[in-house]
Amino acid sequence: MLGRLPREVIAMRVARELKDGDVVNLGLGIPSLCSQYVPEGRTVFYHSESGVLNYGPMAEEGEEDDDLINASGQFLQPIAGMSFFHSADAFAMIRGGHIDVTVLGALQVSERGDLSNWMLPSRGIGNVGGAMDLAAGAKRVIVAMEHIGRNGDPKIVSECTFPLTGPRCVSLIVTDIAVISVEKEGLVLRETAPGWEPRDIQNETEPQLILADDIKEIAL
Amino acid sequence: MEKLYASFDEAVSDIFDGAVVMVSGFGGTGGTAQKLLLALRNHGAKDLTIVSNTAGLASLLGFGTLPGHTAIDVGTLIDNDQVIKVIASYPVSPSPSKINSFESYFRKGKMELELVPQGTLVERIRAGGAGIPAFFTPTGVGTQLSEGKETREFDGKQHILEHALKSDFALVKGYKADTLGNLTYKGTSQNFGAVMVRSTGISIVEVDQVVNIGEIDPHLVHTPALFVDRIVTL
Repeated sequence: MLGRLPREVIAMRVARELKDGDVVNLGLGIPSLCSQYVPEGRTVFYHSESGVLNYGPMAEEGEEDDDLINASGQFLQPIAGMSFFHSADAFAMIRGGHIDVTVLGALQVSERGDLSNWMLPSRGIGNVGGAMDLAAGAKRVIVAMEHIGRNGDPKIVSECTFPLTGPRCVSLIVTDIAVISVEKEGLVLRETAPGWEPRDIQNETEPQLILADDIKEIAL
Repeated sequence: MEKLYASFDEAVSDIFDGAVVMVSGFGGTGGTAQKLLLALRNHGAKDLTIVSNTAGLASLLGFGTLPGHTAIDVGTLIDNDQVIKVIASYPVSPSPSKINSFESYFRKGKMELELVPQGTLVERIRAGGAGIPAFFTPTGVGTQLSEGKETREFDGKQHILEHALKSDFALVKGYKADTLGNLTYKGTSQNFGAVMVRSTGISIVEVDQVVNIGEIDPHLVHTPALFVDRIVTL
């Protein structure tokens, strides 16, 4: 059986996409791990819907302050260079196109880059939070996720069957077996996990993948 | 006009059955007016419509709550059967195996929900306080949350019309107020409160400290006094 990359390695690969000076908003789950792996020499500014820009590490045990949290409810360390603002400004930053990159988890991504990540139809109710604002407002949307669901169903699909978060918003998909970019002509397979052939990845992907000319192994 | 109230109970005593009440806070205890919420629970006003980011997350899961603390939030009012409708972006528990009281009421058909993207929610509240009846936004286009909404194209892109939100009361947590009502907040606790005070009939603000006029540097005031109607502290 072929090996799948652990969550940390997915995050590591996504972190390579972040450029020096980028303002970045990280979603829950795998995306939240990306901050630990930003390549040396690059400074990235983290934004959170809770109303803080340029946050850093989490607070040490015993140092927590409930007036200093990120959007996941984690306690942050106070660091030099932070700024605080109310929710209308936090979302003006997102909706006004001031966030360079957002990294989000997904339940499904379609061939055209449609994103579904806020509701499991089986539950019938969900939390939308800031996901639709990020999908519509961030300059670049990267999805970080496992390639298939726990039940083995493909998460990269021809059409999203789960409720949409945003149409045609995803530009790059990084999974535990592949890196795929969303282009006008379709999904382009650019990188593969060690040992994985393009046909193995195709087997776990619903729409037809286009193979990049310079397809290569995922490098970190 | 005297804005300083002697007790939390007195500050919420005229909240009537059927009122629309905005409740500040991101989801954790920071920025949530816990003592005002407790007073409203004890006051007992019913059939409330609540505008809030969540419908009880800290009280259920300890989201953004210091270790060892028990949070009071919108869930406290829902538990007490005072709420009939919630307008929120993050109403339920992220874990389907641990559901909050909002979701149990919702499943029984005893609770109405208006689910709104978080940025649209706060912009609707901001608009309500800024004399803007409605606005167009691309957030939500092509999703089920845009169903039935007027659309219009700007710069080749679809937008949907969203309407301003106003309320009868807003329960807001600040850090420091002077007796005029000039207000500051701590850290990430401005969140929804600093916007809700602008779009409500009566804003009621719970603060950690009340100081004399002149003790807050005017450069550092987050909310100017005219947005604040009532101040209460321990």
